Amino acid sequence: MIAIIDYGAGNIKSVEKAFRFIGQECIVTADKDILLGAEKVVLPGVGAFGDAMEKLDSQGLDETIRQIVSKGTPLLGICLGLQLLFEGSDEAPGVKGLGILKGKVIKFPETEGYKIPQIGWNSLELKAGTKIFAGLPENPYVYFVHSYYLHTTEDIVAASCNYILDFHAAVEKDNIFACQFHPEKSGDVGLKILRNFADL
Amino acid sequence: MLTKRIIPCLDIKDGRVVKGINFVNLRDAGDPVETASAYDKAGADELVFLDITASSDSRDIKADLVRKISEAIFIPFTVGGGIRTIDDFKVILREGADKVAVNSAAIMNPALISQAADKFGSQCVVVAIDAKRRPDGSFSIFKNGGRIDMGIDAIKWAIEAVKLGAGELLVTSMDCDGTKNGYDMELTRKISENGGVPVIASGGAGTMQHFKDILTDGKADAALAATLFHYKEMEIKDLKEYLHKEGISVRR
Repeated sequence: MIAIIDYGAGNIKSVEKAFRFIGQECIVTADKDILLGAEKVVLPGVGAFGDAMEKLDSQGLDETIRQIVSKGTPLLGICLGLQLLFEGSDEAPGVKGLGILKGKVIKFPETEGYKIPQIGWNSLELKAGTKIFAGLPENPYVYFVHSYYLHTTEDIVAASCNYILDFHAAVEKDNIFACQFHPEKSGDVGLKILRNFADL
Repeated sequence: MLTKRIIPCLDIKDGRVVKGINFVNLRDAGDPVETASAYDKAGADELVFLDITASSDSRDIKADLVRKISEAIFIPFTVGGGIRTIDDFKVILREGADKVAVNSAAIMNPALISQAADKFGSQCVVVAIDAKRRPDGSFSIFKNGGRIDMGIDAIKWAIEAVKLGAGELLVTSMDCDGTKNGYDMELTRKISENGGVPVIASGGAGTMQHFKDILTDGKADAALAATLFHYKEMEIKDLKEYLHKEGISVRR
């Protein structure tokens, strides 16, 4: 069973529906016992960094996520869910992220000819040998909606992408997986990524 | 590289797909979920559903439609038509839509744009603009499906909508819609250059060259068409192949 963390963020239904579509049992919940007992956990999220951290902290879910990670349960962060795993974000100066992974979330610089947020399909540069992107075509297209991008200082990059600059689009470290784009909205490529996670 | 998007539009009435020529003469042609799924397989980057159901229970019909679509297709989609309140946004987004398009209600109550952007994020607020050329060459916006001239300048309205929190603009040229003579290059370019958010061009697509033109000189980020794809006058796959050969970045 896959548990999707319900902390009041948007777009959770789409993630749930995509997992159900590929035949996975899943539950959307904020119940700590269910989350800690799940085979796999997803941290989704659309919204603002500061607001999301506050919601996680106030429900004690930050601690639950740390426990999930330390007991080795596979965790998948999606979009804002990726950003929250890191130390902090330009979007909410002074607000601490979960800090499970090392890196910062930075605002795209205003640049002539580019619109912010990046909205749409962009191609990935995949690192060879990752579990999460196994069996995908070279440079697959995935769907992004974001104004902030990840720069990690750890050797955990699973995919990078270019928009205005090169940024880290996905990471993989032991049982932690996260992507800035939306696999649940990335057609067949996205469903394959979710299947890879489900099959871990 | 971020790709230009090709977006089929499905007009929905009472839960069925229809397409009006110049906003009248509706033709019934298909089940929304099946059509959406077919477009997904054909390579559509995104879908737009415009619900033109006029009945009082249209919100329930929309919610039901959105639920069914989001269980079957996994590419982004926008729902518009008859959106009036924050609750309308909430219901549609909760059922799985990625964006909500608002037109008349935003003109009558611009605060709806900022309220929706604050609550759900700009990325899911699409302001749809129906514009028609005036004798002096400027553009006026219309509400109620192109029936009522608001006497407001389209470029100014686009800038205002973005300031309020619109994350994307869906710009339909009423002059070009249904003609198949090409998109309105000037209208689209002006709004794209002044708005600062992605622009979806709509109305007038007839040939592959039209798509190329609007995505290059017209400065559109995405191009929308309905009848062309709906009646299989053009295959999305062929269109993307053509655009790729013309040097435009598309998802293939």
